[in-house]
Amino acid sequence: MVKQGVIPDELTKPYYDAANQERLVIQNCKTCNLLQHPPSPACRQCESGDNMEWKQMSGRGKIYNYGVVHDCPIRLLQEDQPFNVAVIMLDEDQGIQMYSHLPGTPVDEVPVGASVEVVFEATANGQKVPEWRVAG
Amino acid sequence: MATENAPASMYRSTEGLGLWEHRGKVAAVGVGHSPTARRWDGKPETSVGANSILALRKAIEDAGVSPDQIDGLVLAPVTTTGAFWPDGRPLPMDVINSFNTTDDPLDGIAQLSAEWLIKNMPELTNVKFTMYGPGCMSAAIVVAAQAVGEGRTNNCLVLKGWHNLEGRYYQGGANAGDAIEGTGAVSRLWGTPASYGTALQFAQYCTKYGKNHDMMAPFMTNSRRNGLLFPEGYWAQHRPEQLTREDYLAARWIAKPANLFDNDIPIMTSAAYLFTTAERAKDMKQKPVYILNHASSRHTPRSLTPTLDEVQESTGSTGRKLYEGAGITADDLSFENMYDGFAQFHQFHIEGLGYRGMKFGEALDFYQTDISIEGPNPVLPSGGNIGSGRSRFWMHTDCIQQIQGRAGARAVTGVKPEIGVSGGPMPLGGNFTVWSANPD
Repeated sequence: MVKQGVIPDELTKPYYDAANQERLVIQNCKTCNLLQHPPSPACRQCESGDNMEWKQMSGRGKIYNYGVVHDCPIRLLQEDQPFNVAVIMLDEDQGIQMYSHLPGTPVDEVPVGASVEVVFEATANGQKVPEWRVAG
Repeated sequence: MATENAPASMYRSTEGLGLWEHRGKVAAVGVGHSPTARRWDGKPETSVGANSILALRKAIEDAGVSPDQIDGLVLAPVTTTGAFWPDGRPLPMDVINSFNTTDDPLDGIAQLSAEWLIKNMPELTNVKFTMYGPGCMSAAIVVAAQAVGEGRTNNCLVLKGWHNLEGRYYQGGANAGDAIEGTGAVSRLWGTPASYGTALQFAQYCTKYGKNHDMMAPFMTNSRRNGLLFPEGYWAQHRPEQLTREDYLAARWIAKPANLFDNDIPIMTSAAYLFTTAERAKDMKQKPVYILNHASSRHTPRSLTPTLDEVQESTGSTGRKLYEGAGITADDLSFENMYDGFAQFHQFHIEGLGYRGMKFGEALDFYQTDISIEGPNPVLPSGGNIGSGRSRFWMHTDCIQQIQGRAGARAVTGVKPEIGVSGGPMPLGGNFTVWSANPD
């Protein structure tokens, strides 16, 4: 399934540049030593944007839970319905979530709690984004 | 000067505030509803503006006051959760020209300002206080209650109107395009429909507590039954069909484990209430329903979507705030009307309240018992948004009508309706009210 293309903006350019290099980075506040996702101009805890950085992750996580989308609002994905959408919790910080279609996992056969590894998938305009596969 | 949003100081959003300083000193006395429709037919007389004027006039009449006694108006100005006027669609000039206008030509059609209402209700000659409680009726209610308590207004109208245009929610705009901008793509690229987040929380709930979607069926059939007893509601007015367990379980999935019926149906409708001081309420036409407290939840999820733990932390806190400010306990609740539109929100809310001693993870078992309006443990006697369509206000109307003894065939009979609680929408972001037959 091909996702909509992504046009990085100023805030997310480092995130998507890293994805094109097949690296997963997450925003981190150096003052609070706190990861945050989705990205934001300022730290949600100290509310300062002065000490934000992009921190490389291991690319490992676990499946929190999932739903199966049968009625998708995005035109490009509608022909692929139904499909899994899982929430992944990163191993570095279980409070940080990422969505995943779990490529390679049959629809509605998602192993909740299983370990996953990041992969990078090209979207409709070639921009790569993080995706996740159940670990071998 | 344009009407402004209520300041954060008007919401009771933290624990430890003690009894609400205006406990029992504010009352609801009038109720007015417009008819419902699935979608707007494009006529001036069925626009959200016209529906709202009708609801306001009915609430004034119901309370038995004259329009010139009204000195306040609180409303939620956004009139949709997803049916926005499409870019490039011509403006409906025949409708616009049927009303007195503001700077926004879609005022009264696809949104609603206090200024538009006052321009089109010449009988409201003494309104000196206007304010927005953004979001839905739940927010407008707590803002109006606080405003009356603080003496900013004495006879205050509270309004929520909804428009619903042709076409499906969320299908246009960026969702129809080939690419989206980067910040939004972080969460939107995976194509989740609106009910996905709630479905995910419900999935985790089922995993954690060993429950399943089929266990929702008694709640769903009970909600539709109650909704069909709500003459102001959409299903009662247009599609008086009882939902069966089989209908529910056979419905197509939207975001499994949420199916079609777990999603409330978007409609057009408006409702209004008249709030006043407890002192003034004694002389009005209807029995006063006193407000013992209001509370708000303002939690922010750590990441993309709230986890079950975050939901339960927030609903538990809401329950504690409501009881603390009202000076009651869960045992004092005669009934509850917490938000349900998506259906799978409801068990989170009532578990947070500890309704009938319920703990986290127990609501679906509770649904398998007698939750009818005739029993000792009524669940959502209004039928909520599942029972009457997406308005987010049936729960409040029902609390008022149950306590006033005006709920008709929907009246709870297994308990004496003395104290009820209503509110929503989201567990992490909602506004809630405790209603009572007595001021103390």
